[in-house]
Parts: sequence; C-alpha cells; structure tokens
Amino acid sequence: MQGESARTLDANEAASAASTPAVEPWSIRSTRTFTTWLMIVVGVAVALWVLVFARGTSAGAAIDEPGAFLVTLLDGLTFAGLLFVVASGFTLVFGLMRTVNMAHGSLFLLSAYVAIELQQSMVGKDRNIEASDVGILQWIIPLLVASFAVAVLGVVMQQLLLRWNQGQDLRQALITLAVSVILADQMLAHFGGLAQRMVWPGAVVKFFEIAGERYALSRLFMLGLALVVAVLLWLWLNHTRMGMVIRAGVDDQEMVRALGINITVVFGITFFVGAFLAGFGGVMGASFAGVAPGTDGQWLLNSLIVVIVGGLGSIRGAIAGSLLYGMVISFAPAYLPSQYTYYAIIFTFVLLALVLAVRPYGLFGKPE
Amino acid sequence: MNRSWRDLVAVAVVAILVLLPLFGSAFFVEFVMTRTVILGLAASSIVFLSAYGGMVSLAQLLLFGIAGFMVGNAVGEAGSKGLKLGWNAWVAVVFALAVTVAVAALLGALSARTAGIYFLMLTLTYAVIGYYFFGQVTTFSGFGGITGIDAPPWFEGHPVRLYYVCVVLSVVTYVGLRLLVRSPFGMALQGVRDDPVRMASLGFNVALHRTLAFTFAGFIAGVAGVLNIWWNGQIDPTSISIGPTLDLLIIAVIGGIVHLEGAWLGAFVYVMANNYMRNLPFADTIGLTEARFNTVVGLLVLLIMLLSPDGLVGVILRIRTAATGLRGDGGSTSDDASDHQIATADGGPKGPPVPTHTREGSIR
Repeated sequence: MQGESARTLDANEAASAASTPAVEPWSIRSTRTFTTWLMIVVGVAVALWVLVFARGTSAGAAIDEPGAFLVTLLDGLTFAGLLFVVASGFTLVFGLMRTVNMAHGSLFLLSAYVAIELQQSMVGKDRNIEASDVGILQWIIPLLVASFAVAVLGVVMQQLLLRWNQGQDLRQALITLAVSVILADQMLAHFGGLAQRMVWPGAVVKFFEIAGERYALSRLFMLGLALVVAVLLWLWLNHTRMGMVIRAGVDDQEMVRALGINITVVFGITFFVGAFLAGFGGVMGASFAGVAPGTDGQWLLNSLIVVIVGGLGSIRGAIAGSLLYGMVISFAPAYLPSQYTYYAIIFTFVLLALVLAVRPYGLFGKPE
Repeated sequence: MNRSWRDLVAVAVVAILVLLPLFGSAFFVEFVMTRTVILGLAASSIVFLSAYGGMVSLAQLLLFGIAGFMVGNAVGEAGSKGLKLGWNAWVAVVFALAVTVAVAALLGALSARTAGIYFLMLTLTYAVIGYYFFGQVTTFSGFGGITGIDAPPWFEGHPVRLYYVCVVLSVVTYVGLRLLVRSPFGMALQGVRDDPVRMASLGFNVALHRTLAFTFAGFIAGVAGVLNIWWNGQIDPTSISIGPTLDLLIIAVIGGIVHLEGAWLGAFVYVMANNYMRNLPFADTIGLTEARFNTVVGLLVLLIMLLSPDGLVGVILRIRTAATGLRGDGGSTSDDASDHQIATADGGPKGPPVPTHTREGSIR
C-alpha cells in the first residue's frame, strides 16, 4: 500500500513537471507550426470548395446558390444548439466529478418518451396530433416535467450507485453503462419499438422566406431555447456562489473540500443539472426529429463527439464542439458530389482525427 | 503456487473443450460452444488491452466486424452485396486480416496519446461511426448486410472442424498472450499502463507501445471475426451496432476485465444465459422472458460492478482464497488476496517480480 501511494505521488509530480516544460524542444514547436498550417490549408480548401467548386453537389456552389448555403448554415447552427444542450450536461458532470455518464443518452430518450405521453394526455389524443392542437403550454409543461423527472432519476442513480465509488472512473462508466442497458430494454418494453414524435406548439410551426428558400421557424425556436440554456448556464456558473464552487471543484476538488464546503451536495446538484439538460435536449430532439429505440445510443455518440472535439469538462469546449460537429453534419452531405452523399459519415471521423492529431484531449481539454 | 493452480485449471478446461464433441449434443457443440469460443477470443483482445495496456477498448467488435465484412466482400460472387471479388476463401482471410490490422494501426495511432476512460469514449465513437459507415456506404455492405458467405470447403459438412479450429486458436491466443506479457514488449507495455510519464522519461515510446498493442489486439479481434463469419455465414451492420459493441465489453466485464481467462468465462456465461435463460425454474413466474434478456444482462453487470469489479474470475479467486484460509494456510492467503484487487489497477496475472535493473536494462 505504501509503495502504491508513493508511486502515485511520484507520477503526479512528474506529470505536473511534464505539463509545464520551461523550454519547448524545437521538434515540438515545428510540429505545431506544421499542424497549424495543415489546419489553415484544410480550412481554405473546404471554404473554396463550398464557395466555388461544389457545382455537382446537391446544394451547389455557394456563389451560385446563396440560399442553399444559408439554409445549410442555419441547419448546422440550429442542430449545434441541440447538440450543445445535451453535451453541456454531459461535460458538466464529467468536469466536476470525472464521471463519464454512459446513461446520458438513455436519460435523453426517457425524457422524450415521458414528455410525449404527457403531451398526448394533455391534448387528449393518442395519435395524429396536429400542431394546431398544441398550445405553447402543452409543449412547455411536458418539457419541464419530463426534464425534472429525468433529473430526479439521475440524482437517485448518482446517490445510490455512484456516490460511494467517486474517483473510480472506469467502474463508474461501467455502472452507468449497465444502467443504460437496463433502461434501454425497459423503455423498449414500456414504450414499444415504433418511432414517436413530440409535436411543436402551433405557434412555432411556420415557415418564412430566406434568400428565396423556405425555412422552418421551429428550428430557430430550438436554437433560441439553446441560447437561453447557454446564457442561464453561463450566469449560473460565473455569477453565483454555487457556480463558483463548481468551477473551483473542477480545478481542485480536494482544496474545495478542505475549505469546508460540502462537495457531495454540490455533486448531487451538478448531476441534477446534467441529467436535466439531457432531458431538456431529449424533448427538443423528440420534437425536432422524433425518437425510437436506438436514439439513446445515437445521442450518447453525439455527446461524446462534441466533448471529444471540444474537450471534456469544458463548457466553452462544448460550444466549440457543437458548432464544429453541427456544421460537419449539415455541410458534408450537402456539399459532397451527389453520388457520394452517403460517404458523409466519414467526415465526422475526419473531424475527430484532425482534432485528435493536434490536441489529443480536445480543443479546450486539459490532459489528465 | 498460485500460478500452477491457474495452469492446472486452464489445462483441465482445454481438456474438457477438446473432449466435448464426444459427449455433448451437436447443438451444444456446434452452436452454443462454438459461439462461446469465438466471442471469448474476441473478448480476450479487450481484456488484453485493458489488463496490460490500461486501454479499455470498445472498438474490438468493430475490428471483428471489419474482418467479417472484408471476407464477405472478398469471397462474394455475382448476386451478393458488396464488392463481389469472388476470391479464394483462404486469400480472403489474408486480405481481411490485412485490412483489419491496417485499420487497427490507424485507429491505435490516432488514440495512442490517450488512455483509460478517454480511450473508452474515443473507441466507442469509432465503433458507432464504423456502424454507420457500413450501413450507409453500399459499396461495402449497406444496411441489408452480406449473406450467403461460405466457409472454405474443408469445413463443409463438418461443423465440428470449425469448433476445433476455434478452440485451437483460442488456446494459441491464450498461451501467446501470456507469453507476450512477459516478453520485454509486454513488460514495457505494463510500465506504460502504470506510469506513462516515467516510461517516457526512461526513453520508451509510449504512443508506439500503445499503438502496437492495439494493432495486435486488432489482429486477434480480426481472427475471431473471420471465424465468426465462417460460423455465421452472414454479417450486417446491426451486428456491430452499439448494442452488440457493449455486449462484447459486457462479456469481458462479466468474466473479469483484468484476467485473461475471464474473456472465455464471460462468453460462456453470456451465451448460456442467452440460450438457456427461459429453462430456469420459476423463470416465467418472475417475468424473466427472452425478450427481457438485456435487462437481466444489465442487472448482472451492475451487480458485478457494484460487488466485484474484477468479475467472476475475481469471485472465484476470492472464494479460493477464503477456502485456503479455512484450511489454515494463512501465510500465503493475504498475498493472494492483495494480488487480485482491482483497486491496485494492475490486475492480471503476475509473473515473478522483475528486478528493477532488468527493466532499466532493456532500454539500452
């Protein structure tokens, strides 16, 4: 045991020494310049392609078809909003507790199902709900109730299963993985295997003209909600005492504890907010694209990509990651030559590879 | 003493596996046990990476699947999906393994600067991207998958031959991995797992060791994938989607992710539960149906992670330790117990303690 602790201490010292080198060897600096240039070249090439050369694609070159370009841009931006809401919850929990919540996608899906059921009972129809049937309250109340329910479930999970093994990150990941397997199977049993959809309130289901193209107001509504979430999150983390404690806890948990702050309560609250955000995103996602069994895995993947690109545990990273990933998702299929559209998935991998090649822990991430 | 006990059990299990076709039913040997051994082989690559490299990989089923898809593309003839190259079955194996190893080297190199939990997330994204790739890119498969893939003619009409090949390759892999982890490379890999910073300052190339280990594990997964395609005759993207990906990790976790043997033990428990759960007494009365298999598996993993993070092998070792303790053999028990705590983070079998000078000697 003694040897063990001595070794850990050694490793920490070595790590801190290694992370702040006094002088960088020239080889590291030259690789950095190389990668910076690589990034610039890639960026310019993509921009030129989209602007001028993408004639044979489904969207067409941006100088010929500014409308299609604008629509693609808006698609990316609005999807990035949804990505941010979900991934910020994931990254918040990881940043403070080092817990990788593999059940994040399950919370997303469960919240969506709860909200759909609630909306159906509020509207009084089981199927074929029209947007005109849905008042704004019949969307907002299911949203808040479902998110709250999922957040409570998240806290229960954290208190029962994760509280006492804090710090064992792999064990916690596998525990939440088991929870996600159980939840997925139980949701399949209770809500069935068919795709379901939450219905936007009638007030936002409108189309407007933008550069000659029709665009759905509901997507902008989604982006607006995401912005509200981002601002609230920013205010909470930067302008409240609780936010201050969380930010301090991200940097040095032991020190916060030593200052007499009950960090276990802070952990619980953070997990509540993280799960709430998953649920909030779930209802938005269910209104935007519908949900079905398997959506949980898809959104776990989306959250993972955003935080791997942006850096785990960083809210700024979540914003950057959501924007980059959202843009790749919307631009890749639109600006690939038509017969290769189905190769779009490769660009998600290219994005990951490019970021990892430059910064293995993400754009705003810190090495462990 | 611990090591000889372990070898004895391993030999006994292999003897049972070899003799099994003499007394087991055809269904049990050709269906249940062949699948068990194939899944165990695939899971052993996860255990190897996690126990000796500190990398918990979720990309192993993707590599397993890539090998399968490549065999399907290579042997497929006109009328089937994919590239329809119509090659000889053995050439297809070489091709499939070459592609799998190349992909493993690429993914390994990309993720070699991370480890632990971050590695887990990264490889999960590779796995899911791979699933969408084979689903959407119809050049190689498409969501319908490839069907009607024949095993080499030598296996035709002799499913027991395939079973024996699986057993032999499993034994070779098991022995090979145990030898590998005691080789200079294996020692360095364990050093990288325990303290990458120190290993780097001793002059070891940390990223290279991780990449090589991942590539080698990819080869094992690829071999299992080839066996699987011969056994199954078909493959579709759903079989490498996120659910089966997690299942393979679950197999490794059930057996014990820090013990090599755990891979096959976990596969056995998993396949048995999958096939025979409904036959359990009272299964119906508590609502235990096949349809809810995943709930049962999830609960099993949850229970294991809460009670014994080193899986069933850990449980067995602890029972044995307790039994030895009862016989009054107290002296050695405490050593055994501390050897197998996952908390020490360097699980897995240990060879004789390596004197420090040997380790340092190997860098010169």
